[in-house]
Amino acid sequence: MLDRLKEFASNFFVTGEPMIYMSDVAIVLVSLAIIFTLTYFKKWKWLWREWITTVDHKRIGIMYLISALLMLFRGGVDALLMRTQLALPNQHFLDAQHYNEIFTTHGTIMILFMAMPFIFALFNIAVPLQLGARDVAFPYLNAISFWMFFFGALLFNLSFVIGGSPDGGWMSYPPLTELPTDPGPGENFYLLGLQISGIGSIATGINFIVTILKMRAPGMKLMKMPLFCWSVLASCIVIIFAFPALTIALLLLMIDRMAGAHFFTMTGGGNPMMYINLFWVWGHPEVYIVILPAFGILSEVVATFSRKKIFGYASMVASLMVISIVSYLVWAHHYFVMGASAGVNSFFGVASMIIGIPTGVKIFNWIFTMFRGRVRMTLPIYWTMAMITCFAFGGMTGIMLAAVPIDYQVHNSYFLIAHFHQTLIGGVVFGLLAGLYYWWPKMFGFKLNERLGKWAFWFFNIGFYVCFMPQYALGFMGMTRRVYTYPADAGWTSMNFTSTIGAYMMGVGFIFMVVQILYSIKYGERDLTGDPWDGRTLEWSVPSPAPEYNFAHIPEVEERDAWWEMKQKGQSLVQLNHQKPFEPIHMPNNSGRPFIMSLFFFIAGFGLVFNWWWMGAVGLLGVAVTMVLRSQERHDSHYIPAEEVQRSEAALGRF
Amino acid sequence: MSTAIHKSSHGSVHESPKYKGKVLPLEYTSHEGPLNILGFWIFLATDLILFGCLFATYFVLRTHVDGGVTDKELFDNITSFTAETVILLTSSFTSSLAIFAMRNNNKKRLIGWLIVTVILGLSFVGLELREFIEYYHEGYTMSRSAFLSGFFTLVGTHGCHVSLGIIWMISIITQIARYGIDAINARKTFIISLYWHFLDIVWVFIFSVVYLTGVVS
Amino acid sequence: MSQPTMNGNKAPHVPMKNLVGFLLSLILTFAALGLGLAHVMSFGMVMFIILILAVLQIVVQLYFFMHFTESDGPRYHIIGLAIAVFFVICIIGGSIWAMTFNSQAL
Repeated sequence: MLDRLKEFASNFFVTGEPMIYMSDVAIVLVSLAIIFTLTYFKKWKWLWREWITTVDHKRIGIMYLISALLMLFRGGVDALLMRTQLALPNQHFLDAQHYNEIFTTHGTIMILFMAMPFIFALFNIAVPLQLGARDVAFPYLNAISFWMFFFGALLFNLSFVIGGSPDGGWMSYPPLTELPTDPGPGENFYLLGLQISGIGSIATGINFIVTILKMRAPGMKLMKMPLFCWSVLASCIVIIFAFPALTIALLLLMIDRMAGAHFFTMTGGGNPMMYINLFWVWGHPEVYIVILPAFGILSEVVATFSRKKIFGYASMVASLMVISIVSYLVWAHHYFVMGASAGVNSFFGVASMIIGIPTGVKIFNWIFTMFRGRVRMTLPIYWTMAMITCFAFGGMTGIMLAAVPIDYQVHNSYFLIAHFHQTLIGGVVFGLLAGLYYWWPKMFGFKLNERLGKWAFWFFNIGFYVCFMPQYALGFMGMTRRVYTYPADAGWTSMNFTSTIGAYMMGVGFIFMVVQILYSIKYGERDLTGDPWDGRTLEWSVPSPAPEYNFAHIPEVEERDAWWEMKQKGQSLVQLNHQKPFEPIHMPNNSGRPFIMSLFFFIAGFGLVFNWWWMGAVGLLGVAVTMVLRSQERHDSHYIPAEEVQRSEAALGRF
Repeated sequence: MSTAIHKSSHGSVHESPKYKGKVLPLEYTSHEGPLNILGFWIFLATDLILFGCLFATYFVLRTHVDGGVTDKELFDNITSFTAETVILLTSSFTSSLAIFAMRNNNKKRLIGWLIVTVILGLSFVGLELREFIEYYHEGYTMSRSAFLSGFFTLVGTHGCHVSLGIIWMISIITQIARYGIDAINARKTFIISLYWHFLDIVWVFIFSVVYLTGVVS
Repeated sequence: MSQPTMNGNKAPHVPMKNLVGFLLSLILTFAALGLGLAHVMSFGMVMFIILILAVLQIVVQLYFFMHFTESDGPRYHIIGLAIAVFFVICIIGGSIWAMTFNSQAL
């Protein structure tokens, strides 16, 4: 009995690596510390009432943000481990298997568990406030989205200590990831973790589309909306139409692995390329899902800090919409070398290049907005300028890759790696960081320290170029992606070493950011006005952080940049408080069910990972029961009495 | 106009909200009603893409039979799949009658037609299961060929949707029985009927491009 | 419930619209089936007509059963569905087009 238990445990837990044991110890210690702190300060009830059961978009946004930053840390450590291994030739810091696992988790985490929650964090914090709404259209669903993401990410990350990490690359191409060649549970963790969080993403997409279409303040016509909301709409359109393809790709691969089907196998007539096709039907739009909100952020930031209206509003909207539609017609450029007909490759190549046109329009519009503006050099505008530069060049290397003959030469080389890191870091991460600095005061009520932030900025930026510019060259020199080491006489050593230095500089930049946040929590400049940047849109018309109900009175919107126009006319929302009587405010109820339902998804997922069918059944039954209970629910909202609104506005100094 | 609804809020409606001079049906009168209905339409658009991907996979793998049964040989029982089609079409009709009854404020008929719809749905699922079991006994399983994997997954996913719809519809019937036709129940019933019609549309395509294609080829 | 008018668009007491829809859907189904069994045209031609009949079925469901013209504001859902149909065509058409590179009719 004891022997069997031992055997089970040695298969169940990941063993044999000192680094993993160290992490195990760290995980246990951190968990114990959290439990102890919560118990000692009697915070369990607070955690449950205020956070776990919350349906408030602002709190959900904060939870998304914390998760995204944690995942950025984990993905970043993965990156540093890889760069350490590749710094010099013939190293044995990581073995081949471990290296495979690390590049798989790095890619998956950064795209799905860092970039996605990061954009959702900003959607949640900014969109309802910019629209003049009191919450999203479906607050309960919003909570489900978050907890589905959370448990999906948890399931995926669990593979680190239980069962073993996935090792088939972040795209997880079959036939390598089919059962015969990849029997471990790691791949199942990948499939189920992504599936569960993907459901949450689709729900978020639907939620924000309806919010934007239906919940705008009176007078805010679509063409008077802030551009960030437009970018969220564009991004959500892509989400709802692209994510089902991922759902299907993952589902079919799971059926292959668990029910012995032959979708993507080499036997039985399967066609592995079909997975790759479906994966990129989602995968290419996915990069637009994460970049479009960054475009929106830039449009807000340049207008605010140049104190000018955005240049070319209508063309900005049009380019967002064009990108969101054309992004569907480019997916096959990820497998030009498959050997499809010349017609296929030409079509998808040309379509990919066309995306450059609306993107170029946006870049010019940002530059023209800043042109002859009095640009205030704050952290958001730093990151904005860095993004415009970096993304423009990253996009250009993308045009190179879209040319089929060049792609044949450089596909899957470090040229590609450098390209997509330049668009995803230089575009998405820089843009999101601009948004983070911009909306941070709105989320937490204080500004982040500028000095430390500039240190972080320069380390991260210079580090970025030092890290990735050599990789373009390495690609031309023939270094392919996913090699875990290389011989000394390949001539790649100096470039790789430089690249590793850059990676560590980015690591230092991240540490500066952490220090900046910790420092600013205590010493950061408090935002008492609610409008620290002299903003233009409605989120700056309410206190920071915004009260539970956001707006005591919903403002009437007449112009674009509604808040700016109000300020020009000497109006404010405080005046509304005096002019109009307070009314009871209709708010959604908190609910623990989104958490419990997602927990059941997690249980089902965990059972399926190990093919413990009973556990999968229990989990899915729990999901079904919680869904029926939700269907039976009839009243899930309440009213905040007028007196309470009045009291709370008075406490905020606004009445 | 949405503000007018805002104020009157959900539950009790004091005036009938209008859009473009027309009085809106009950399901649009609460705060949540129009939001949920639009949200559900968009969900259906998403689900359409989901089935689109399954159809794409089926088409690509249709001829990959690995020396086994082809679609022409598999779909020789025309009566069976035609019966499934007619049953589902009829259930779509009866669920639309349920909405008709709801808008005439006829609770009894509403419940009656929903129950008929559930029964038709159950018989559809039953027939489909029988068909699958038959194939299983003839050795045509998912692990035989890529074509069969694609077939069982596409049709099975539709069947799962229908089964879910049945459970959901029963849950709504119990609520109508308890609370009658109010804004909340009207919204829920309208949405389940959208779902049900959508599944009918998907089935029409399965009928046309899976079964009939097999027959024709 | 104290709800005098269920439907301001003057609800009739015979569900004519629904009946017409049902009849049309049956006719379309059996037309497709008959065409499939008749073997009078080439495979491509038959498939083309069957697909058109299926699209007509969608219209019947949407118009006669799903009340898809109803809305309390701009009809965003119709735009959404139109985009979805466009993408479905892209995904199915594009996948088949791209994947016929080595179509092994095993």
